Amino acid sequence: MVKRPEHREIDATAGRDAQVDATRAWVKRTFYGETIIEIWDLDFFYGRNRVLHDVSLGIPKDGVTAIMGPSGCGKSTLLRTLNRMYEVVPGARATGEVIFEGENLLKSDPVILRHKIGMVFQRPNPFPKSIFDNVAYGPRIHGLRNRRKLADLVEDALHRAALWDEVKDRLKDSAFSLSGGQQQRLCIARALAVRPRILLMDEPCSALDPKASDRIEHTARELAEELTVIIVTHNLQQAGRVSDNVAVLLADGELAEFGPTRSIFESPQDERVADYLCGRFG
Amino acid sequence: MSVSMDELGPGLKIRMKNRNIDCYVFFTLALISLVALGVILYFIFAQAIPFVGKLKVVPEGMGAIVKWGQDYSHTRLWDLFSTRWSPASYKHQFFGMVPMIVATTVITLGAMALAIPFGLSAAVFVGEVGPRWLKDIFKTVLELLAAVPSIVYGFFGLIIIAPWVRESFDVVSGSNGLSAALILSIMALPTIASLAEDALHAVPNTYREASLALGATKWQTIWRTLIPAASSGVIGAGILGMGRAVGETMAVLLVAGNSAFLTWNIFRSMRPLTAGIALDMAESVHGSAHYHALFALGAMLLLIALVMNWTAEWFHVRLLRRQGIREG
Amino acid sequence: MTVDQEIQKEQAVMQERRKRSMTQWAAFVLLGIGSLFGFFFLAFILYWVISQSASAISWEFLTAAPRDMARAGGIAPMIVGSIYITGGALLVAMPFALGSAIWLSEYAWKGWWLRAIRIGVNTLAGVPSIVFGLVGLGLFVFVFDFGVSLLAGMCTLAMLSLPILIRASEEALRSVPRSFREGALALGATRWYMIRTVVLPTAIPGILTGSVLGMARAIGETAPIMFTATAFMLSNPWPTSLFEKVATLPYHLFGLIKISQHYNETKAIQYGTVFVLMVVVTLLNLTAIIWRTRVRRKKAW
Repeated sequence: MVKRPEHREIDATAGRDAQVDATRAWVKRTFYGETIIEIWDLDFFYGRNRVLHDVSLGIPKDGVTAIMGPSGCGKSTLLRTLNRMYEVVPGARATGEVIFEGENLLKSDPVILRHKIGMVFQRPNPFPKSIFDNVAYGPRIHGLRNRRKLADLVEDALHRAALWDEVKDRLKDSAFSLSGGQQQRLCIARALAVRPRILLMDEPCSALDPKASDRIEHTARELAEELTVIIVTHNLQQAGRVSDNVAVLLADGELAEFGPTRSIFESPQDERVADYLCGRFG
Repeated sequence: MSVSMDELGPGLKIRMKNRNIDCYVFFTLALISLVALGVILYFIFAQAIPFVGKLKVVPEGMGAIVKWGQDYSHTRLWDLFSTRWSPASYKHQFFGMVPMIVATTVITLGAMALAIPFGLSAAVFVGEVGPRWLKDIFKTVLELLAAVPSIVYGFFGLIIIAPWVRESFDVVSGSNGLSAALILSIMALPTIASLAEDALHAVPNTYREASLALGATKWQTIWRTLIPAASSGVIGAGILGMGRAVGETMAVLLVAGNSAFLTWNIFRSMRPLTAGIALDMAESVHGSAHYHALFALGAMLLLIALVMNWTAEWFHVRLLRRQGIREG
Repeated sequence: MTVDQEIQKEQAVMQERRKRSMTQWAAFVLLGIGSLFGFFFLAFILYWVISQSASAISWEFLTAAPRDMARAGGIAPMIVGSIYITGGALLVAMPFALGSAIWLSEYAWKGWWLRAIRIGVNTLAGVPSIVFGLVGLGLFVFVFDFGVSLLAGMCTLAMLSLPILIRASEEALRSVPRSFREGALALGATRWYMIRTVVLPTAIPGILTGSVLGMARAIGETAPIMFTATAFMLSNPWPTSLFEKVATLPYHLFGLIKISQHYNETKAIQYGTVFVLMVVVTLLNLTAIIWRTRVRRKKAW
C-alpha cells in the first residue's frame, strides 16, 4: 500500500491525540479547511467477510467529498458506517474509530447521531404519506408539533432541495405521485428538515435519468455551501463535476488515495487508481 | 432559519430515557404466545403419558406430576396398538387405536386419490392453459371453498353424498368410509389446487420460453418442463391437503359411520382418529384411563400432523433452494 | 435423396405434428373438465343451500330464540353466541399475535432459531382443530377450572387462531419494503417510532385482512368448542355470563342433526342454520378478499 501524505508526516508511535492533531493539520494544509469526521483504522466485516481494510481518512468540513471505487469495493459500506446505518444488516460489524464532534461515533448513540448526519439512499424511498408529511416526519420525531413552525420548516427544506416550486400547490398529494427525480429531491428535503450537519448521499442518481441526475448534482453543490456533503458514486464524470475532494477505494476495501479532486484526477499517485480512472478496471 | 435545533431538543430527551421498553414489551408478548403454543404440545403428550409403562399422571396446576401408580397398571404403551377399542366396559377396558389409525389411513388415501388428480389438473388448466381472468376468479372461488365450515361440508355429505353412495354402491348404509373419503376429497381440493397453482406460478418464465423456443408444444412444455420444475411445490401441496384431510373432524364425524371395529373395507362403517376423540370426549371421566387414552389419540393425531407439516416444509424449502431463493 | 424419400419424410413429420397437437387437445380438454369440477361444485352447494333454505329464512328465524325442542322459532341466540365467542377469541389473541409478529419481524435477531420458531408457528397453524379442543378441555375447563363456559371456548379459539394470526401479521409486516425502514431510521427515528409511524400504517391493511380471514375460520369451527364452551338446547339460550355455556351456530346445527330426537321435523331449521353460517363466513371472506385486492392495486411501491 502506498503511503498517503498524512501517513508520511505523522509519527505512528505518537499518541492518538497527537495523531488526530496531525491529521487535522494535514487536512487543513491540503484542503484549506478543517475536518468534520476523522476515520481511524476502520475495519468492517459482514460476518466473516472483511469489506473494509484499515481505512483512515479525514473528511473536510467544507465542500463535497466523493467516495469512489469499483462496484463491491465497500464504498456504500463506508458511507453507512458514518451514520451507523450498517446496523440494519444482521452480522455487520465495524471496528476502529470514527471521530465526530470529539466522540467515537461507533460507540455513541445511533439515534442521536442520525439527526446530525442525514442520508439519501440509492433509490428514492419516500414514505407512503403526503409530500408534507414526508418532509415533516423528521421534525415530528423530535417532538415538534407546532403547525406553523412545521410548515415553515417544510417550506424551507423543500426550497433548499429545489422542489418547492414544483410541489407547493399539492403538498397534500401522495409522495408517490411525484416523478423519480422529484421523489429523490423530496428525500433530500426530508433529510434536510432535521437540519443535519452532514448529508450522506449513497449513489443518489443511480435510478434516475440524466436530466434528473443533473438537478440532484446541482442541489448537492448548492447544499455544500451550508453543510458537508459526502456522496458515493461509481460515475467518474459525476465525481468530477460535483466533488471538491475524492477518496478512491479499491476492490478489496482498501483506501488507495484521498485528496482534492483535481489533483487526483490529473496526477494520481497510485498506479491502481490511475488504472481505475482510465477505465482499465472496475 | 425559522426553527432552531434547540426547539427540536426536548422531545428527543424524553424519548431517550425509555428507549428499550418497546423491545421488552414485544419480547414479552412473543414469549407468552410461544409459551402458550408450547404448552399445547407439552400438555397433549403429558396427558397421554399414563400409557408409557406403569405410570400414573396426576394433573396438577399447569402441568402434570408423573408418579408410579397402581391405577393404570393394566394399561401399557403397547395396549394402544392393539386392535380393540372398548373403553367403556366396566371390567376390561381396551384402548387399542389401530382400528382408528387404519380408518384414518384408508379414508385419507381414498380422499387423496380423488383430490390430487382433480386439484392438479385444475391448477395446470387455470394457471397455464386458461385465460388470465379465469385465474383470478378461480383463486377467489378456491379461497371461498376452503373457508366453508367443515360442519357445512358434513351436512352436505350427510344429505347428498351418503344417500348417493348407498344407492350407487348398493351397501347397507351410506355412512361409511367411502362417503367420508368423498367429502374429504372435496374439502382438500381447494387447498391442493391453490397451492399447486402457486408452485407452477413460481416457475420462472424463462423455462417456458426456452421450452417453447425449442419447438415443444404447450402441453409438452407443461408435462416435461413445468411440472418437473414445480414438483417439490406440487408434492408439498398434496401433503398439506392430506394434512387437512387427516385433521378434519366434524365432516367425518357425520358421515363415516363411526364403528370402532378394525376393517380395511372402505364400504364399511369406520371411525377415524378425530371422530374417535369427538365421540368419546363427552362421556369420558376426567382423569380416568379413558380420558388419558383420548389424549393419546390426540398425541397420535398431533404427531401425524407434525410429520406432514414438516415434510411439506422440507419440500417447500427444497423448491426455494432449487430456484436459487434463500429464505430470509 | 430421392423425391419419394423426401415426401415420405415430410409425411412423417406432419404425422408427428398432428399426433402432438392431438395429445395437447386431449390433455387440455381433460384438464378443463377437471378444473370445471370445482366451479360446478361451488355452484351446486350454493344452489342447494339457497333453494332448500329460502323458505326457512324469515324475520322470526333471525331474531327469535328456538322453541318447542328447536322445532320452531329462530336461531338468534346462536348468532349472538357465535359472534361473542369468535369476537372474544380475536380480542384475546390479537394483542399477542400482533406483538409476536412485530417482535419476530422487527426485533428478533436473525438466525437458525428464528427460522425454527417460524416453522413451529407454521406447524401449529396446521394442527387439527380437535387437538385444540382436547387441550382446551384439559387446560381451561379442568386445570384453570373455568368449567364448560364461554370463557374456556374463547381461550381455546384464541389458541387456535394465534398461529394463524401471527403468520398473517408477520407476512404483512415483512412485505413492508426495507427502504421505508431505512428512511425512517436515517432520520433519527427510534425503532419503535419507525414501526409506529411507517411500518404499521403500511402493514395494517394486510394485518386486518389476515384477522378477518382468521375470524371467518374461527366462526365455523365446531370441534374445539364442542367440549369446552357450547351446548345444544340450553334452558336459557342467550349468552349471559362468561362462565355460562353458550349456544353457537355450528354446534346448533350439529345438535339438530345428531342430538335432537326430531331430525326430520327440523329439516327447514337445519337448512336455515347452514344458510346463515355460509352467508356469515362467505361475507367475511369476500370482504377480506376484495379489500386485499383493492389495497394491492393501490400500492405504489
